[in-house]
Amino acid sequence: MSERLCSVGLDVGTTSTQLIVSELTIENRASAFSVPQMEIGERAVRYRSPVYFTPLLDESHVDGQKIREIVESEYRKAGISREDVDTGAIIITGETSRKENARRVLEALADLAGDFVVATAGPDLESVLAAKGAGATAYSLETGKPVVHMDIGGGTSNLSLIEDGRVTATGCLNVGGRLVKFDKTGAVTYRSAVLDGLCDWKPGQIPAPGEVEALTRTLTQALEMAAGLRPAGELLEILATREAGEAFCLPPGERVISFSGGVADCMEQDLPPLQFGDMGPALGRAIRESRLCRGAYRLGAETIRATVIGAGCHSTQLSGSTVFCQNVAFPLKNLPVVPVASPGDIRRELGKQDAQGIVAMAGKPSPSYREIVALAEEILAQTQPPLLLCLQEDMAKALGQALAARLPPQAPILCLDRVSASAGSYLDIGAPVSNVLPVVVKTLVLADNLTRNGKGTEQ
Amino acid sequence: MNKQELAAMVAQILSTMDEPPMVKATEYHATNPQPEARDTPYGDGDFVPDVTQLNLRKLYLTDHPENPEKFRKMKERTPARLGCGRAGPRYKTLTMLRFRADHAAAQDAVFSQVPEDFAEKHGMAEVRTCCHDKDEYLTRPDHGRCFDEENQKKIRAALPGAPRVQIVVGDGLSSAAILANAMDCMEAIREGLKLRGIDPGTPIFVRYCRVGAGDAIGDITGCELVCMLVGERPGLVTDKSMSAYITYRPHTGVSESARTVVSNIHAQGTPAVEAGAHIAGLIETILNKQVSGVGLHLEGGV
Repeated sequence: MSERLCSVGLDVGTTSTQLIVSELTIENRASAFSVPQMEIGERAVRYRSPVYFTPLLDESHVDGQKIREIVESEYRKAGISREDVDTGAIIITGETSRKENARRVLEALADLAGDFVVATAGPDLESVLAAKGAGATAYSLETGKPVVHMDIGGGTSNLSLIEDGRVTATGCLNVGGRLVKFDKTGAVTYRSAVLDGLCDWKPGQIPAPGEVEALTRTLTQALEMAAGLRPAGELLEILATREAGEAFCLPPGERVISFSGGVADCMEQDLPPLQFGDMGPALGRAIRESRLCRGAYRLGAETIRATVIGAGCHSTQLSGSTVFCQNVAFPLKNLPVVPVASPGDIRRELGKQDAQGIVAMAGKPSPSYREIVALAEEILAQTQPPLLLCLQEDMAKALGQALAARLPPQAPILCLDRVSASAGSYLDIGAPVSNVLPVVVKTLVLADNLTRNGKGTEQ
Repeated sequence: MNKQELAAMVAQILSTMDEPPMVKATEYHATNPQPEARDTPYGDGDFVPDVTQLNLRKLYLTDHPENPEKFRKMKERTPARLGCGRAGPRYKTLTMLRFRADHAAAQDAVFSQVPEDFAEKHGMAEVRTCCHDKDEYLTRPDHGRCFDEENQKKIRAALPGAPRVQIVVGDGLSSAAILANAMDCMEAIREGLKLRGIDPGTPIFVRYCRVGAGDAIGDITGCELVCMLVGERPGLVTDKSMSAYITYRPHTGVSESARTVVSNIHAQGTPAVEAGAHIAGLIETILNKQVSGVGLHLEGGV
């Protein structure tokens, strides 16, 4: 017996906007004689939109209305409506996430797309989704080899280190094919401010022969530094994105380099330099000729669509199969994760939150009933309903019912397990499907990212 | 091919075979350098480390592995004895010792007894099937499914009226499984039932118990449902695996397909308390749908 979820992914990037519709199959992996073990079996992409240029009103505003129209018309073409959509993620990436109205547009789109479609941004999540969407995590899991995945888009490059199928580090550099745009004559029409200090072309100027190639080689050197193939230098700091904390910079080591993003499509073929009116073809060639491609490297199974497929197919995970929920209105959105080392810290840690948070605990493998009761009583001494708890070990249903037995009937309780969420992340939780909960773990919530540097002033 | 041809062929093959090499014992010498005899690190009266304490999922013994880390990671996902390495065509000593230890534990789990005071300590009445000892229990499964008059009387006394839900704890083929899991699981079931407004009734312990004993208890008490927690035949992975057999309207002769089973309840499988919470929900579903086993699956109840 299997149930299917309709999942939507929408990526509003620096250059392109894309939508996919996928079908996630929920399967019981356990035998009929065991406690069910629900997992997402197949993640099949059912519909891919064309790649649209991201519509902008001007250099600092995205055109929300146009994107809305894209979503509506693509839903029609895919043969789905808002009500059919069970889950999914809308992600605003690269330079577009720095637009002043990014947050408002994104949240409006999430509402338009479906009840449990998660709005998200942030370079960490982008890197993770791109690595999964490109198949780099699956490749690492299959081969056991460490992989550095680079999703090189129009405005930014999302980097991730993957060890044994798990993303263990992420980073983001201002390296992209569309940081400079040209008209048909080769004259500059736009140059991103992130290139200040690396080139000083003004609009209307035609760069001297070889200058574009030199710039793309410099940008490529930054990628080499990040991957540990060149000693790190000042260049990395110049090109680090302001959202990133520490620059992503790996020590030297043997790793497979994997590529996705629009620029990856320019690597394997010699395209005319002005094919897209940007640096994409030149950057693709510079990467192909660089140290990045001297060792083991591969193009992702998906290239330009890696991030959107990641958002559509890989953003949702399932909780453990035995969970407890009572009188909770789903979906729950943007729950800050409040990790506690022991239940005695719950009051103090929850007190630091403005909004309702979800308490995250490791739990204990195969606890006794007495330990469950003791834990329930400790939790109730610290806090009261609504109780939102997230455990790593398989014990949520037993703990949830122990809590419920000690509270008035219908007290709101949510107790889920098999989800590992760390400090600083946020959970979105959808209504139960086959008795399990679809969960999206977000590493950054939008507002944090966008209000930095005085941008994103609207609330 | 006829008989003559066959005989001719055999004769021909035999004629081409060399004489078997003969080596006199005095001329025998090992062809390879032999390992030097090493001193044992243990003295008289020392204990060697307990091989059963090693986590097999983390133990990787293959010599000269291509990618030991990857193999270890895969091993963590299975209880199978993989990556044991070998000494010539045989197991290494550690693998051999562990295999024998696990086999012994499995046998012990079958032949050992749930302690005399187990039922009393946990506030349960104890009854015994028609078996008088373990040997009879193992050789006469039919005796493990019925009760003599004295024990029937005891059951009637302990469980008056017709309970809706009857929880039965039975030793089955693993006493170790019952000691490790039964009470934690039962408490979680009881709590879950109470939460759902279902009377969890009075549990009872059955010695020398087979699953069918629950049917006899159904006959005697007229209960609506029996949930039996019983020790499973142990294997080499664990000697502590327990199962729950839930039967709606249990009676002697009820079809095995009418039972809903939750198996693999142990620390490395489904934790006892979590299984208990799940079973409480299952019991509610079964009472509502008035069917258990395959019928429940067909109803889409699970």
